[in-house]
Amino acid sequence: MDLTYTADEEAFRAEARAFIAENLPPSLAAKVKGGKRLAKEDYELWHARLQSRNWLAWSWPVEQGGPGWGPVEKHIFEEECVAAGAPRIIPFGVNMLGPVLLEFGTPAQKAHWLPRILDGSDWWAQGYSEPGAGSDLASLRTRAVREGDHYVVTGQKTWTTLGHHANMMFCLVRTDPAAKPQAGISFLLIDMATPGIEVRPIVTLDGEHEVNEIWLEDVRVPAENLVGEENRGWTVAKFLLGHERTGIAGVAYSKALMNRLKRVAAAQRKGGKPLAADPLFAARMARLEIDLMAMDIFNLRVLSEAKAGTAEGANASLLKIKGTQVRQEATDLIRRALGPYAMPYLPEALDEGWNGEEIGPAGANPVANQYFNMRKLSIYGGSNEIQKNIVAKAMLGL
Amino acid sequence: MHFTLSDERRMLGETAGRFLRERYEMELRHAAAAEPDGFSRTLWAEMAELGLIGALIPPEAGGFGGAGEDIALVFEHLGRGLVVEPFLASGILGAWPLVRAGETALLEQAIAGETLLAFAHGEPEGRYDLAEVSCRADGADADWRLSGRKAVVANGDSADWIVVSARTAGEPGERAGLGLFLVAADAPGLDRRGYGTVEGGRAAELTLAETPARPLGPVGEAYPLIEETVGRGILALAAEAIGLMEVCREMTLDYLKTRQQFGRPLGQFQALQHRMVEMTLEIEQARSAVMLAAGTLEADRSTRERNLAAAKHLTGRVGRLVAEEAIQLHGGIAMTWDYALPHYAKRLVMTDHLLGDTDHHLERFIALGREAGAAA
Repeated sequence: MDLTYTADEEAFRAEARAFIAENLPPSLAAKVKGGKRLAKEDYELWHARLQSRNWLAWSWPVEQGGPGWGPVEKHIFEEECVAAGAPRIIPFGVNMLGPVLLEFGTPAQKAHWLPRILDGSDWWAQGYSEPGAGSDLASLRTRAVREGDHYVVTGQKTWTTLGHHANMMFCLVRTDPAAKPQAGISFLLIDMATPGIEVRPIVTLDGEHEVNEIWLEDVRVPAENLVGEENRGWTVAKFLLGHERTGIAGVAYSKALMNRLKRVAAAQRKGGKPLAADPLFAARMARLEIDLMAMDIFNLRVLSEAKAGTAEGANASLLKIKGTQVRQEATDLIRRALGPYAMPYLPEALDEGWNGEEIGPAGANPVANQYFNMRKLSIYGGSNEIQKNIVAKAMLGL
Repeated sequence: MHFTLSDERRMLGETAGRFLRERYEMELRHAAAAEPDGFSRTLWAEMAELGLIGALIPPEAGGFGGAGEDIALVFEHLGRGLVVEPFLASGILGAWPLVRAGETALLEQAIAGETLLAFAHGEPEGRYDLAEVSCRADGADADWRLSGRKAVVANGDSADWIVVSARTAGEPGERAGLGLFLVAADAPGLDRRGYGTVEGGRAAELTLAETPARPLGPVGEAYPLIEETVGRGILALAAEAIGLMEVCREMTLDYLKTRQQFGRPLGQFQALQHRMVEMTLEIEQARSAVMLAAGTLEADRSTRERNLAAAKHLTGRVGRLVAEEAIQLHGGIAMTWDYALPHYAKRLVMTDHLLGDTDHHLERFIALGREAGAAA
């Protein structure tokens, strides 16, 4: 056992750090770190910078434009990106559809769509969940009926993250209503400009618009946009969800939050002393830090197994559960640390260019809403309850 | 011993419940919160008319309630309604020092809902410690000047009169040398910066520069009155939290019974059933702590303060559990603005940032126990 990074891995970290320092505009990093709203262009800029070095498509093989990183390199790069305040990579195209096309796509589909993911021509949305199909995804009801060279799609998708930016959507649709739930599903690529599509914003509990409902009525989709075989879409869907779960622990994000918590607790005063020196609060922080340290090693253990080619699906579920707990706890403690100054909220202060006077300690404004927003972590990407079902079945044989 | 309410209180509860059910719909509530004052003057006047403010004030000061049970009853209903009108600021925190000072004329207007009061005590560096006051008071007799800053003053931007704590002697952290003063909203040297709060309320940052003020009670000895005032606020918030929790529980239970996944209602999954039971049990615990605090609001200081600290600690702890579990058991729908539940959950969680959080009251509970032990 050796718990240190190899010299090569450390050299890679230095290289990654230098690249980020050179390519991430400080104004953008400040927006990310300040919890400000990001524009579509902010994400596109960062994607383009990464692609300029072939570092956008981590999950792709080298011959298709990937950087050839192993899991440890990916982990290191993510850590460096988050610590520097880089916008997250929007996963729908590059980390979800990309691997799906590489696995299931026809040569024509690969040739057409993959380059467009890399150069940013397409912004993809994910059309999976429906109002009646959340944890029970296989019960989805959006219908696709074959008519000549087209599928005609009618139904409703929901929780479509940044769907209002998207020009394309990959979508699970029911092509055989008579079959068992999992058996009658197909995977379609849909142009958002097709007549019959309406994108409606969902405002979340923090007052923000990030997710959407997508209404589809008689939307004509060319049959060549079917990925994989008709009625075999569930296999594709499961493959994609597996990719959604890599990096699911979010260790990098938890580390960034832990650092932020320490800064806030050092600056806040309680009884004339720093809050960080208060025994009760220090105990809360220490418990969290111990969980985070252990999770960091747990995550690396799973990653190195993946490197050796023995990744186990249930481990990803365990990491997802613990990762979301730690991240949610961190946002809870940052909120607590601010005391009464967690209350004030100026929505306008999240806009780029706002230069009004803050209320309370610097950076306090978005903190409470970040705590509320982070409740989503244990709900999306397969709720923590679903992850426990997976572990009970796949790992424990219950 | 019995736990039944008197007929008068039962009627008061029914009145409040009916009004909030029939008149205070969620859309109206959101509209009220979005008004410049952060609440609806119309609804406030209607609720004053029903006697909901007067129920918080004792008869000798012109009200018809004011006991712990009254406060708990009214605030549980206000919690159920997710009310944004300034009951805490004007009916409890701003009013109690005036009750003690015998300011019946001003109280009469406040009970009628015509005058708004606020209580400016917390300071930017003070966190939740009641003695961390550095705002200064200089003067004599009825003529004083206040200078300093006050933080996150609930409804401080719309209040007509503000009760302000200030130090006439000593250092921040000392209980001696504090005074409570009455400041008019248009007093010279008073600057108010109002803003919305994350759960839908309003608050203000106050800056006082040689602001003229009138003392309430003996100057320099106000700490016990501050503690008493905040204590009534704590009871109000803890009781309100019970109302918030009950709604969270009812909505979640209803959802589990109706939402179908995997071919059956979610409520048929045992793992989720047990979590609902846990939530139910903890709410009963919190409710019991609030009843204890309500019933001992007039008891000796040690008993009263310890029970209040227990109630605020437990409602804070259980409140977070209920808010988080209610969201999680609902799933995505509870993350949406258009659904009522997240607004209850937000209020419930943010209540922990008012008048002392779970940690503050845990420490306070320990300290009060030690004091009582040392005295015995």
